[in-house]
Amino acid sequence: MIEGAAWRKWVYFYIPLTIFVFLLLFPFYWMIVTTVRPDGELYRPWNAPNYTPFWTANPTLEHIQYLLEETLFSTWMLNTMIIALASTAISLVCGVFAGYALARLNFPFAGSLGTGIFITYLVPQTLLFIPLSDIVRNFRLGDTPWALILTYPTFLIPFCTWLMMGYFKAIPKELEECARIDGASRFKAMVYIILPIAVPGILSAGIFAFTLSWNEFIYALVFLSSPEQKTVPVGVTSELIRGDVFFWGPLMAGALLGSIPVALVYSFFVEHYVAGLTGSVKG
Amino acid sequence: MAQVVIRSLNKRFDEVHAVKDVNLEIRDKEFMVFVGPSGCGKTTTLRMIAGLESITSGQILIGDRVVNDLPPMDRDIAMVFQNYALYPHMSVYDNMAFGLKMRKFDREEIRRRVQEAADILGIRDYLHRKPRQLSGGQRQRVALGRAIVRHPQVFLFDEPLSNLDAKLRVQMRVELKKLHERLGTTAVYVTHDQVEAMTLGDRVVVMRDGVVQQVGEPLELYNNPVNRFVAGFLGSPAMNFAPVRVVAANGGGLRIENDGLRLLVPPDQAGRVGRYAGRELTFGIRPEDLRIATDSDPPDLTFEAIVEVVERLGSETLLDIRVGSSAMVAAVEPSAPARVRDRLRLAVNPERMHFFDPETERTV
Amino acid sequence: MSVTTAALRTPEAASRSRVKGLLEDERWLAAALLFPTMLLLGLFIAYPFVKGVMLSLTSARVGEPGDWVGLANFAKIWDDPIFRRAVWNTFWYTGVTTVFKLALGLWLAVLLNRHFRGKAFVRAFILLPFIIPTVLSTFAWKWMFDPTFSVLNWTFYKLGLITGRINWLGDPDLAMVSVMVVNIWRGVPFYAISLLAGLQTISPELHEAAAIDGARPWQRFWHVTWPLLLPVTMVVVLFSVIQTFADFQLVYVLTGGGPANATHLFATYAYQIAIGTGLLSEGAAISLAMFPVLFLVVVVQLLYIRRVETR
Ligand SMILES: Nc1ncnc2c1ncn2[C@@H]1O[C@H](COP(=O)(O)OP(=O)(O)OP(=O)(O)O)[C@@H](O)[C@H]1O
Ligand SMILES: [Mg+2]
Repeated sequence: MIEGAAWRKWVYFYIPLTIFVFLLLFPFYWMIVTTVRPDGELYRPWNAPNYTPFWTANPTLEHIQYLLEETLFSTWMLNTMIIALASTAISLVCGVFAGYALARLNFPFAGSLGTGIFITYLVPQTLLFIPLSDIVRNFRLGDTPWALILTYPTFLIPFCTWLMMGYFKAIPKELEECARIDGASRFKAMVYIILPIAVPGILSAGIFAFTLSWNEFIYALVFLSSPEQKTVPVGVTSELIRGDVFFWGPLMAGALLGSIPVALVYSFFVEHYVAGLTGSVKG
Repeated sequence: MAQVVIRSLNKRFDEVHAVKDVNLEIRDKEFMVFVGPSGCGKTTTLRMIAGLESITSGQILIGDRVVNDLPPMDRDIAMVFQNYALYPHMSVYDNMAFGLKMRKFDREEIRRRVQEAADILGIRDYLHRKPRQLSGGQRQRVALGRAIVRHPQVFLFDEPLSNLDAKLRVQMRVELKKLHERLGTTAVYVTHDQVEAMTLGDRVVVMRDGVVQQVGEPLELYNNPVNRFVAGFLGSPAMNFAPVRVVAANGGGLRIENDGLRLLVPPDQAGRVGRYAGRELTFGIRPEDLRIATDSDPPDLTFEAIVEVVERLGSETLLDIRVGSSAMVAAVEPSAPARVRDRLRLAVNPERMHFFDPETERTV
Repeated sequence: MSVTTAALRTPEAASRSRVKGLLEDERWLAAALLFPTMLLLGLFIAYPFVKGVMLSLTSARVGEPGDWVGLANFAKIWDDPIFRRAVWNTFWYTGVTTVFKLALGLWLAVLLNRHFRGKAFVRAFILLPFIIPTVLSTFAWKWMFDPTFSVLNWTFYKLGLITGRINWLGDPDLAMVSVMVVNIWRGVPFYAISLLAGLQTISPELHEAAAIDGARPWQRFWHVTWPLLLPVTMVVVLFSVIQTFADFQLVYVLTGGGPANATHLFATYAYQIAIGTGLLSEGAAISLAMFPVLFLVVVVQLLYIRRVETR
């Protein structure tokens, strides 16, 4: 980079970047502050004289306690975890296989199948949730985790396939040819040679798929009805609001705790996540 | 150990007819080299032998088995690729052991064979390393090692040396030759480097546009090429060609001539060339069969040329010359007193003149 | 050797080896590898799509199949002012947020493309709005927008920008603005990180060469960076347009489509009609009404990708 005077660096770089970071992160700070703020302070109007928005002098864990003891929050966490892991696993297996076939095997209609999968990649959940709710009911999957474990792959598989195709295409095809001459069947060559080399890609796809399924909302909202079946996003939305009354403390505590698994996974695998993200939009 | 027989082999990709009706017998223990310009179908033929490419029509036999429908793993062959194709996630040891593991050899036997191959190739010290920690030459050896541990019936090589630098290439070439002498396994070797072909091959197959041009021992091909293509492809610098006209010589016999050449056709060739009397012919002469003429040379075996470039290589001197309207190269003795723009008389070696039909390009 | 072992094979081993033989054939292996994917996508994408079309042509409600009514549902929503408002909202919402996300995302990407201490850290944190479950972070915004307890109001008041309270989500126009703000907030990191990846593939030598040729920073951006970044930008924008156009969560959480149905998008209105009032068929018609636009975007994207690939 070509550098200028110090003040320019401040004006053009540090100040805008700081503002960006501040604005992007503030809501999370707000979440945290609200979580530990006692109710008495929480419901103090903004124009009240003793309104101290950015910190609290009396932090409390009462909201978290309420959330864990009085609501089904831990059940929701468990549900979400199971559903996210299961649908990620299914999607990875399917996506890796399909990506391998599309990237490395010659067969009729390979091109149109690839395009077809790419198109399903772009189908938003909101286009199909109404007929799908009917189908889920007809298959007697309604209000069970299976409704989500089986439907989440519809938006995860295309993504995984797409990402894995990119990885597989970058691996020289001589490797598996050599393995096949060395005595491996096509399937074994894939399992012993290509998959180990594609591990970073599989990891990226898996992490991205996990966060996507943890994030999913509308299917979970529509397909699940009993409180003990719900996932975190749906449970927090529907069970911590009574009519018009919002329980802001527990709500924010739920939002905070509900974000922790994805945040943890993310923090351990930032690079893989970013690779997945950028790979997902790479044409 | 086995022979490889190829019968009327064809390969079509959608539009390209890459291999056309190839017939070939590769004998047991033979080192057979496929050579030809880029895109001539060498690799495709090799890959069909390996089972990596389906066969459009024809037959391939390894030993006495027709292998057309056998997957590569059942063909009992080993292949060395141009980019080595070492498994990047496995150590050198595991790379070499992979084929044996797939074939369910017991651990002790695997260890013994890998050690043995490592000793032959001098890669004992790297067995625990990953391929990316090796130099090009070392990778090359590992790729060879991976092939020889299996004691396959046939080795297949696809330009295995072309990723090495010039010096290493010569060295590995010698080692490959030694290795073949030691193991005696039938080998099929693809290259587009004619020096490799000449030095390594027991026999050489020259291909062009999917068609086998000639099969034979290296010197046989060099001395008696069947057509202009083979003549021009083998040898460096390549053979000189010039269009000439065949006319009757004054003192009887035949002469070939064009705007710069007037040469007597040696009597033993006159019979074949005679059929072209009064017609066009392509005359070919290798650079090393030209030399600077002396007074004792018969004038009708010499011609005058203008020197355009002088390349002194030490072991010989290459003269780029102009003869009438054709350009030629002559390889003369190192100390030849030639300078740019000199007019020289050059003498041809009458025993090594080649004549080709200008239409069919066949040797006449 | 293999001849003798073949003769000794049991029937069961023989059938196993027949399966193996089939899997050695590329086409069969491809079919086997693609089967689970095709099954799931067929069952839960293709079938629902067909079913959705069928549904939209009937008068089905929850629990009753209904009768064939042809295009009556589409005629009905065509005349529905709320639907028209939702259509308008959706286009407006998509257009405005996309422009902002692209501009801000590009700016942020350019900032992040410099070397500074803690860059990896900043980059990691900046993605948080994108990875944290949308519904959950949207609740934080909803709380910040709360008319009585709003930290935003307090801040603006203290800064002297406002004198009275602002009812962020209660006023129809402001509510739309608020929803857009949250969408932009969530989308900027995605744009920034994707575009940053694109920027990083541009060799710094190109910039140096342009600088030596006398191009000023802005000219360098315009003549070097932007053309090279365009393919990535295109894809990112198209992806994001689809997601935004079909958005549901933000509106559902922030306003529920209110006040007075002023902030509905296709998806939220479809949800309200189908799930809220149980008119499955009409809901299906509403969400299917998104299809032509989505289809168009997908076609553009496919054509564009093909063009880039064949170039
Ligand atoms: N998979 C393929 N699909 C279509 N055409 C192919 C394919 N593989 C090879 N060809 C074509 O077949 C012909 C022969 O190719 P081949 O790879 O055998 O050449 P080669 O003699 O090995 O050349 P080189 O010295 O460059 O390696 C070429 O015209 C090539 O373009
Ligand atoms: Mg080749």
